Amino acid sequence: MSDRILVGTRKGTFAVDRGAAGWRAALSGHAGVGVNFVARDPNSGTLWALLGHGHWGAKLSRSRDGGKTWEDAPQLAYPEGARYIGHDMPTEVEPDGPPPPVRFVPATVLKLWYLAFGKPGQLHVGTIPGGLFTSHDDGESFELNRGLWNHESRGGDLFSGDGRGATDWFGTPASEGGEFAPGIHSISVDPTNPDSILVAVSTAGVIGTTDGGKTWRSRNRGMLNDYLPDPTAEWGHDPHFVERCPAQPQHVWQQNHAGVFYSSDGAANWKKVCAPEQGVHFGFPVAVDDHDGRTAWLVPGRSDNQRMAIDGGLFVARTEDGGETWEQLRKGLPQENAYDFVYRHALAVSGDLAFSG
Amino acid sequence: MVTVELTRHLFTFFPQLQGRAIHVEAATVAEVIAAVDALAPGISGYLCDERGRLRTHVNVFINNERVADRGRLRDPVPPDATVFIMQALSGG
Repeated sequence: MSDRILVGTRKGTFAVDRGAAGWRAALSGHAGVGVNFVARDPNSGTLWALLGHGHWGAKLSRSRDGGKTWEDAPQLAYPEGARYIGHDMPTEVEPDGPPPPVRFVPATVLKLWYLAFGKPGQLHVGTIPGGLFTSHDDGESFELNRGLWNHESRGGDLFSGDGRGATDWFGTPASEGGEFAPGIHSISVDPTNPDSILVAVSTAGVIGTTDGGKTWRSRNRGMLNDYLPDPTAEWGHDPHFVERCPAQPQHVWQQNHAGVFYSSDGAANWKKVCAPEQGVHFGFPVAVDDHDGRTAWLVPGRSDNQRMAIDGGLFVARTEDGGETWEQLRKGLPQENAYDFVYRHALAVSGDLAFSG
Repeated sequence: MVTVELTRHLFTFFPQLQGRAIHVEAATVAEVIAAVDALAPGISGYLCDERGRLRTHVNVFINNERVADRGRLRDPVPPDATVFIMQALSGG
């Protein structure tokens, strides 16, 4: 039974502890600083926080005393020569001029977005502009995963040349500075085989490795895009969050811009499992049961253009049959004038407990 | 010696610099930042990105003049100058 919830907020890192008087929240650290994600390494017990300082850049922070004190960890950095293909903004294009040349942008860390743990001592960090960094020494040093960075879908190897000069990875404006670039917000490690990892990219899709990150391939079969001319296009998907069942890791869930998707074969094939009549379609987070891969929770919103609770009442949607049927859980949640919205990392389930930001 | 004045916001992260006069030997902005980083390891990563460019929301002034070269920090710094390292006001 969990007795502690770690919460990253725009105002710092909080620990919510269960005591005799119930749950109590207290500021743990990073007062006034935006905290994109916070997690405890189950192997070492170290707490890790991904910070977004408005002025001073993205910083990795750690606590080895359960959140009493925090320190800057060794920082992630893109290696010299890491580039990506940028997207021209309309304001940068001459109205009557020729199309601008392909723009190669030197990569720097624009945002630390998500953190996941693998083998003991192994940490994976997802960033904007779309690089996956891995540490094999408990966070003392990190290395850019070049297999993913140089993936053909991304444009190929831009370290050694200009690759194929085009990319299938689009972007998100979710970095601290609002720069438009791809971002990794989901890293789902198979606990029974930590070399098997799924990564989700906004905006590109889901991509997976089964050899510890050496080679990667698209995991988007069955996903549909209702905002592209070809809804079955291999790339251009906008997964909002991807998570799997720890005890049944072949069962993978995805809340996507274009609906809810479920896979029972490790993301080899996805099935759309929306229930619009139950409000289950658009949203950001998804949580999966620890033991039963067919049980998952969502916090749906009205739509991409109306990012708020449906009809002024907030609810959590739960399925226990792989998305065949859904129920709305409303007890204890505001049902009048509630226009709250829950983003991708602000829903967690542990045992009988579910938490939502 | 060049005198360095830092925005007090940086003392939250580098308390060892608070309340002390900072004087360094430096002839360019890049050398000033390298010298301050020797006093407070890691501070250069707060001021610059991993390509060595000043972060968007950081301003550096040599006396009253805002530095011109934000990419490679080659602006010359006179020996008796004061270099101010400030947060940029970005509106809002």
